[in-house]
Amino acid sequence: MGSYLSNTPEEQRRMLHEIGFDSFDALFSHIPEEVKTGELKLPDGMSEMEAFGRIEEMADKNVRFRHIFRGAGAYNHYIPAIVKSVSAKEEFVTAYTPYQAEISQGILQSIFEYQTMICELTGMDAGNASVYDGGTAAAEAAAMCRERGRQTVLVSAAVHPQVIEVVRTYCYGSNTKVVLIPEKDGATDVEALRRNLNETSACFLMQYPNYYGIIEDAGLLGTIVHEAGAKFIMGCNPIALAVLKSPAECGADIAVGEGHPLGLGLAFGGPYLGFMAARDRMVRKLPGRIVGETLDREGARAFVLTLQAREQHIRREKASSNICSNQALCALTAGVYLAAMGAQGLKQAASLCISKAHYLQRKLEEAGLYLKYAQPFFHEFVTVSEKRSDDILAALQKEGFLGGLPVNDHEILWCATEKNTREEMDRLAAIVKEVSHEADI
Amino acid sequence: MNHPTDLYYSKSHEWVKFLDEKTALIGLTDYAQDALGDLVFVNLPEAGDEVTAGEAFSDVESVKAVSDVFSPVSGVVAEVNEELLDAPERMNEDPYGAWLIKVENITEKEELMEADAYIRFYESEE
Amino acid sequence: MKLIFERGMEGQRCTILPDCDVPEICLDVPGRGLPLRLPHVSENEISRHYTELAGQVHGVNNGFYPLGSCTMKYNPKVNEEAAALPGFTDIHPLQPEDTVQGCMKVLDAAKQMLLEITGMDDMTMQPAAGAHGEFTGLLLIKAYHDSRGDKKRTKIIVPDSAHGTNPASAAMAGFEVVNIPSGEDGCVDLEKLREAAGEDTAGLMLTNPNTVGLFDKNILAITSIVHEAGGLAYYDGANLNAVMGIARPGDMGFDVMHINLHKTFSTPHGGGGPGSGPVGCKAFLKEFLPGLQPAKSEAGYTFTAPRRSVGRVKMFYGNFLVVVKALTYLLVLGREGVRDASRNAVLNANYMMRKLQDIYPMAYPETCMHEFVMCLENMKHDADVTAMDVAKALLDYGIHPPTMYFPLIVHEALMVEPTETESRETLDEAIRAFREIYDCAKKDALRLHEAPVHAYIRRPDEVQAARKPVLRYFFPDAVRNPAQ
Repeated sequence: MGSYLSNTPEEQRRMLHEIGFDSFDALFSHIPEEVKTGELKLPDGMSEMEAFGRIEEMADKNVRFRHIFRGAGAYNHYIPAIVKSVSAKEEFVTAYTPYQAEISQGILQSIFEYQTMICELTGMDAGNASVYDGGTAAAEAAAMCRERGRQTVLVSAAVHPQVIEVVRTYCYGSNTKVVLIPEKDGATDVEALRRNLNETSACFLMQYPNYYGIIEDAGLLGTIVHEAGAKFIMGCNPIALAVLKSPAECGADIAVGEGHPLGLGLAFGGPYLGFMAARDRMVRKLPGRIVGETLDREGARAFVLTLQAREQHIRREKASSNICSNQALCALTAGVYLAAMGAQGLKQAASLCISKAHYLQRKLEEAGLYLKYAQPFFHEFVTVSEKRSDDILAALQKEGFLGGLPVNDHEILWCATEKNTREEMDRLAAIVKEVSHEADI
Repeated sequence: MNHPTDLYYSKSHEWVKFLDEKTALIGLTDYAQDALGDLVFVNLPEAGDEVTAGEAFSDVESVKAVSDVFSPVSGVVAEVNEELLDAPERMNEDPYGAWLIKVENITEKEELMEADAYIRFYESEE
Repeated sequence: MKLIFERGMEGQRCTILPDCDVPEICLDVPGRGLPLRLPHVSENEISRHYTELAGQVHGVNNGFYPLGSCTMKYNPKVNEEAAALPGFTDIHPLQPEDTVQGCMKVLDAAKQMLLEITGMDDMTMQPAAGAHGEFTGLLLIKAYHDSRGDKKRTKIIVPDSAHGTNPASAAMAGFEVVNIPSGEDGCVDLEKLREAAGEDTAGLMLTNPNTVGLFDKNILAITSIVHEAGGLAYYDGANLNAVMGIARPGDMGFDVMHINLHKTFSTPHGGGGPGSGPVGCKAFLKEFLPGLQPAKSEAGYTFTAPRRSVGRVKMFYGNFLVVVKALTYLLVLGREGVRDASRNAVLNANYMMRKLQDIYPMAYPETCMHEFVMCLENMKHDADVTAMDVAKALLDYGIHPPTMYFPLIVHEALMVEPTETESRETLDEAIRAFREIYDCAKKDALRLHEAPVHAYIRRPDEVQAARKPVLRYFFPDAVRNPAQ
């Protein structure tokens, strides 16, 4: 019974007759009978109210944790109210890609502003209008670096495992060799990196902070990579960039990352936002849409999609990437978030993340969970415990806490953000302490 | 449309200016630049690359299209015109000044036309 | 209008976050040396700024959007409400499985309905967009041939009328692209296909209806030629809105396909994304699908990785909230609604085509499916009015123009896809606009060259934008990079 058609059945019949058909069957009579389908085995349609009820039931089957201490690529940050209000505007939501610049200035300008903000965060010269997520951004960046003779992609083992997997999948497609550089004490093994770099290396991808939350010496890694003539790709947490040495200062050729911390919420993993920015000399290798500033006929400032001849709809099999649809609305959302936070607010978010994570780490240590790596960390860290990870996490879950991600039986990757209060961290530590104590009996 | 008589022309609309028997400059003809419209970028090879007669060595972009540029000769790229990277409009404004590459050690060349034959060729193509 | 950076002033801000309630820590690592210049604006300024920007956007909500190949149908509001439920938005993707049963049910329920509509056997919801789905599907084809040790299948056949993503995806998946010319009827030339298909054929990529809006009657012959050569057939689902409940790709002989939830299943385009491009396949390919896949058992859903998976194509499970929207839509439509959507998409397209064909020559005049292609070559020749001019003139009528200059096999093409959610009244208004523009082309072509005059800007200088790219705002205090 559900439908979004505007024409009534009567109107449909009139239209059919007007163009010479006596029925819908006649309209489709040119389709060979052999491929026509019978009635689909689908449920009956329903009213909006019923459908919404069904979906609500599904949502209710999920557990919404009030206290989240898990990150590992998806971070629980506060989203300012203005962000949701702006990103829900119907014009932004329902528009297509802004190919018709004259009636798309709003979208185009929002992307231009977003590109500028990403350039500011990373220190790079130019960014694109977004790709699907942090994983595909890393994979696309690796593809940008391949050139004659340099076809091997090096990836640090301290990069998010799912990012590594996405890079591997893309490289399976392009028949590119991937070499994993092992980690040592939670960070890229610098000597192993040196050993593996050679004249066939296209690039090296590291993560900043890395999967274990550790802030690696990106400047050093960049220098080593450049000495071997390869490109240096940094996968970055955009909030951390408010306070950490920027990719530009670390010598990155390309900076990418998962932009969902910028106002997008957890959303069971998507839609998220892949951001990409590069040095001037690599701009034309950037995949996807890019917005540029120009003038219209009357000399007014105008924005357009530009450098389009890189893209699939023009260059086809020779395009730098196949990407067409991107995550434009997510980029707009990130833009609103960054405007609402401002430089001061973003730095505050970053420093709250740092302070809270370090407080959490201290409290967990008091509760018997020891820091695994003696390295500087941002808002995530790994602990080692005698008690089994599952037992600790189960005890927390009972109290409404989503604890850290179990790395293995005795190690947990924790995360704290500005949303975690001292009070809840104290409670969490108390629960953990109790579990640890049980183990002692 | 202007087609200097001291140059040779290919069927794929490149001009060749022989500096000596083994060395030549290659560019896009006036006819080509006019047909392609406003050019916004050119992808050039690197010095030392080999080019083969009849094969693409570069492509040029307009706003909404990309077109291969074919080499009328076989040889080695001695030099590329890097000025075009920053000023692609030169290919429109001065097609015979805006050479793309200089080729040396030329071993082979396509069948090339003189200016009047070239004009007859593209007029018949239209 | 002003950029957000040009609004407000130093010191203006929103107060979002509280003071720190734990001891403040300063890290002993190299800090940021570069200035961080973000907007300094109050909340009111932000609100006004984006309201002004929204006023310079034409969405489906604003008016007719007959953009061929893009299926710009109405985006139901209940979808948005469903996707905004905190029971979805606040769920961490790495929560224990027993705490995300609802999310897994969404993925599975959407998958089951889409399998029935497409005639496929299994599906992944991970790809984030159509092109991403194409890439994923081609990796399945690659993995299938690899698994049989068949290393010589390196080529993907693509008709010259295909979407640009097809050859681009094939190249990304490491294949060589063999372009075959379409026949005079706009459909696949069987002879050319037979010539191209052989021992090195990994597969064929095709839309049906194709990009000129015609249902290829030889579809069974086409897929069997590919199969006989040992290749697989890939269905580009961009045009699925024409055939739901009418014909299924799985019954046409296709082995693998993607679906664009943001086209056929009413999820909004968001100014370019996020979309969602689930990939369906026949049973013999399911072991290669990207992980993880929700599997249903008596105890509930669990995630499993297919045995010989090509690997993830994206982190987590895809653009999950987009899947929520599509599922909501599918629940509302149900069996008859899905079929009626396609029926009316095709009816609306044929209605517009018949009402315009006397003055706008159709590239292929027979009964079309959900879209049709006009060829404006004569108008260009006779009146010096191009497809672009007509498109820009439509802007002044508040109508989003059709897709221009695509497919490439039609000169001066305008590709019109009205979609099923438009009323006859809207179609009639658009038809009137097209006819007025035609009259204007005859009388006053210059006026069309000037169009649009009522849009937010006049025609922009795209040449300058590409020659001297300015891709970011430069703050007044910044040293401008000379290379820009």
